[in-house]
Amino acid sequence: MKERLKQAPPKIPDEAKLSWKKGHGDHPLDRYLKEGRIPHIWCPGCGIGIAFTAFIKALEKAEFDQDKTVVVSGIGCSGRAAGYLNLDTYHTTHGRAIPFATGLKLAKPELKTVVFSGDGDLFAIGGNHIIHAARRNVDMTVICINNFNYGMTGGQGGPTTPVEARTTTTPYGCAEHPFNLIYLAKAAGAAYVARWTALHTHELRDSIVEAMSKTGFSFVEVITPCPTGYARRNRLGTGLEIMRFYKENSYITDILEPEDTALLFKGKIAVGKFVDIEKPTFMEMYREYIVQQAENSG
Amino acid sequence: MKSNTVITGTHFITGDDACAEGGIAAGCTFFAGYPITPATEVAERMSKRLPQVGGVYVQMEDELASMAAVIGASSAGARAMTSTSGPGFSLMMENIGLAVMLEVPCVIVNIMRGGPSTGLPTLVGQQDVMQARWGSHGDYEIIALSPSSPQESFELTVDAFNLADIYRVPVIILSDEIIGHMTEKVTISETEKIKIVHRKNPACGPENFVPFFPDEDGVPPMALAGDGYHVHATGLTHDEHGYPVITADAQERLVQRLVNKIRKNEEKIVRTEEYYLDDAEVIIISYGCSARTSLDVVETAHGKGMKVGFLRLITIWPFPETKIRGLASRKNVKAFVVAEINHGQVVYEVERCAAGEAETVLAGFMGGRIFEPDELYKVVQEIAN
Amino acid sequence: MGYWRLPLDSCEHFITVGKVNIIEYRCKGCGYCIEFCPKDVLEESTYFNEKGYHPPYVKIEGKCINCNFCETICPEFAIFCTELERREIKPEDIITEPEYRHRMRQRKKQD
Repeated sequence: MKERLKQAPPKIPDEAKLSWKKGHGDHPLDRYLKEGRIPHIWCPGCGIGIAFTAFIKALEKAEFDQDKTVVVSGIGCSGRAAGYLNLDTYHTTHGRAIPFATGLKLAKPELKTVVFSGDGDLFAIGGNHIIHAARRNVDMTVICINNFNYGMTGGQGGPTTPVEARTTTTPYGCAEHPFNLIYLAKAAGAAYVARWTALHTHELRDSIVEAMSKTGFSFVEVITPCPTGYARRNRLGTGLEIMRFYKENSYITDILEPEDTALLFKGKIAVGKFVDIEKPTFMEMYREYIVQQAENSG
Repeated sequence: MKSNTVITGTHFITGDDACAEGGIAAGCTFFAGYPITPATEVAERMSKRLPQVGGVYVQMEDELASMAAVIGASSAGARAMTSTSGPGFSLMMENIGLAVMLEVPCVIVNIMRGGPSTGLPTLVGQQDVMQARWGSHGDYEIIALSPSSPQESFELTVDAFNLADIYRVPVIILSDEIIGHMTEKVTISETEKIKIVHRKNPACGPENFVPFFPDEDGVPPMALAGDGYHVHATGLTHDEHGYPVITADAQERLVQRLVNKIRKNEEKIVRTEEYYLDDAEVIIISYGCSARTSLDVVETAHGKGMKVGFLRLITIWPFPETKIRGLASRKNVKAFVVAEINHGQVVYEVERCAAGEAETVLAGFMGGRIFEPDELYKVVQEIAN
Repeated sequence: MGYWRLPLDSCEHFITVGKVNIIEYRCKGCGYCIEFCPKDVLEESTYFNEKGYHPPYVKIEGKCINCNFCETICPEFAIFCTELERREIKPEDIITEPEYRHRMRQRKKQD
C-alpha cells in the first residue's frame, strides 16, 4: 500500500484544475472545509450557515476523527452542506439521506454518521425513512434545519409550515397542521432529541457533541431564519429581526413534554433537550441476538 | 471469510435462492430489501445466510430506502445487493440513477412479474427490460443480465458483482418469476474456482487523489468512506473532483464518460449463446425463461430440417449490438423472431440493429404464463415459409 | 464580566483581551456579529466589500474579550477572535455592590 501511495498522481487536464483555492486557510475553521468551496450558496442571514458552523465547532470541540466522520445530506438548501465539508460526504437524492446513511453505518460501523438536511427533505419526502431509522435505532445523528419552508425552490409550504403562514404555495395562509418534529422523533423512538434556534450557538454545538457521542439515533432540530423565502412572505423582517425574535421568544426548558413543544406561527419557541434515553442500537441487537442465533443454528 | 460462505456442492434450489447464494459466494456482505412477490425468497435466504457469514441483512421500510441503503453500504466498501420485482423496481429507479451518477457498484435482482402496476404478482412477465435500461431519468448506460436457469442465476449474480465493481455501475439481474421460482439442480464449485474481481482502489494518497478522474478504461478508482480520502460525491453534475459544476461543459464531460465507460467496453461485457447460427435463415432471439421454450422450438425445427438458429441473450444491456448487426448482414439470414413475454421490448433493439437488412418479427406473449412451444413454432414456420 | 468584590483568588483568573479578525471578502452583511457581540465591539462599515455588502469593523480596539461568539454565529466563516493577551483582574473591573444587586433584581424579574 505504501509503495502505491508514493506513485505520482494522475495527470489532470488544465481545465479541470481549480482556480478557487485563493483565501483558503484565512479562517481557523477552514481545515474542516473543502478547499475553494467557500463562499457557500446560502443567502445573507440564512441560519443554515450558523448551524453548519455549530456542527464544525462540535467536530472541533469533541475532536471527532475527520477520517471517520461521514456526512450525508439530501436535497435542498441544507443538503448542500455536505459539499463544503472536508470529510467523506455524500449529497444524495431527495429524502434518501437517512437510508443512505443507514447503509454506510451498517456496512462500516466504526464510522460516525451524521445526516445534515432540511425539514422538507427529512420529514416530507423522507418522512418514512426518519421514523424507521429512529425505530430501528440506527446509530446516527440527524441534524434537521427547520426553516418552515422549501428554500431551494423558492419558498413553498412544507410539513412544518405553521397554520396561517404564507408561502408561495400557500398564498392564502397554510391550512394544514404542521409536524412537531420533537414529538414525532420521540414517538418514533429516537434515543436523543433536542431543539435549538440558530441563536443558541453554544448550546447547539454542545448538543451536537452530545448527540454524536450518543450511541443510538439522535435528532437535533435547529430553528433557523429563512430571510429570503419564509420571512419575506410573512413579513418577518430580515434575518437579524428574526434572530431578535428568537432572543425574545425562545425559552430553555427541561420540564416540557415533547407533545407540548409545537411551534405556532409567530409563537414562543421551546428549546432544550427533550429525550435522552439508552436503548440498544440496531447493530448491537444484530450482533448480540441475530448473529448469535445464526451461529448456533450453523 | 467464513467456512460456510460458499456452499460448495450440488443443491436442489430455486432461482431466487441461487441468486442469494451467488451474492454470498461473490462476497456480498450487505443486503437491504423489502418483501415483494416473487422476489421475497431472495431476501428470505439472505436474512438467514448473511448473519452466518458476517454480513448484515436489513429489511428497509420500502424499495426507495433499500436502494439508498445499498448505495450507502457500497460507498463504505461492502459488496451490496437488493432484490425486488416490478412495483419495487419502479421505486428503485430514483436511486439507481444516483448509483449511476455516484458510480457506486451494486447489484439489483429484479424477478420480473406481469405488469403494469400491481399486475400479476405471482405470475411471469418480461416487461421490465426497457425499464431496466431507461427507467431512471436522464441519460446513462447500465448493465443487465438475464439468467435462464437457477444454475445461471447463481453464476450471473457472481458475474454481476464483478461487472459492477469493474465498471462502477449498478448491475441488474433481470430474472423472471418462472426462473425465480423454478427448482433445479445448482452446482456450486469450490471457493477458489469462483472468479472474483474487486473494484480499483486509489493508486495514490489523499493529497493527490482526484476522485472522479478516470483511468484509461473510463472508470475512476474508488475511495471508500472512512479511508481518509475525504471524497465528496454528489448526484449533481460534477467535475473530476466531485464538486458540483452546473454547466453544459461539465455535463458533456461527465455524462459522456458515464455512457462511454459501458459503450466502449461493450465487447468485454456482452455475452450471448448461439445455436445452429451457421446456416440459419430464421434466427430466434430470446432470453430468460422464454429462451427455454425457444430452445425447444429450435430443436424441433432443426429436427424437421428447417434452417432455424437461436441466439440467447445473456447480457441484455448493453445490447449485443455488434453481434446482431453482424448476423443481420449475413446473406443467409432472412428474419429475426424475437420471443419475449411482453408487447415488444427487445424486438425494438433487434429491429434497430437489423437496420432493414433482415425482417424482424415479434413473437410477443402477454404474460401470466409462458408460451407453449407450438405457439412460437407457428410463428417461426410462417416466417420460414 | 463583573465582580461585586475583588475575588480572593483573583490572581488565578484572567480577563482575556481578544483581537477580532474580519475576513471582509467573505462577509454577506447579515449583521449577526454586530448585533450579538456581548461587548458591542463591532459596527457596520460604510464601504462595500467585493460582494457588495458592508462588512463589520472594530469600533473600539481592546474591548474584545475573545468570547468567540461572533465566530460561532457567523454563517460565512468571515470573522473570528484570537487571544491577544491575558490580564489580571483589576479593581476597575469590579462593579459596585448596589449595581450588582440592581442587576440581580432585574434578572429575577425576567425569570
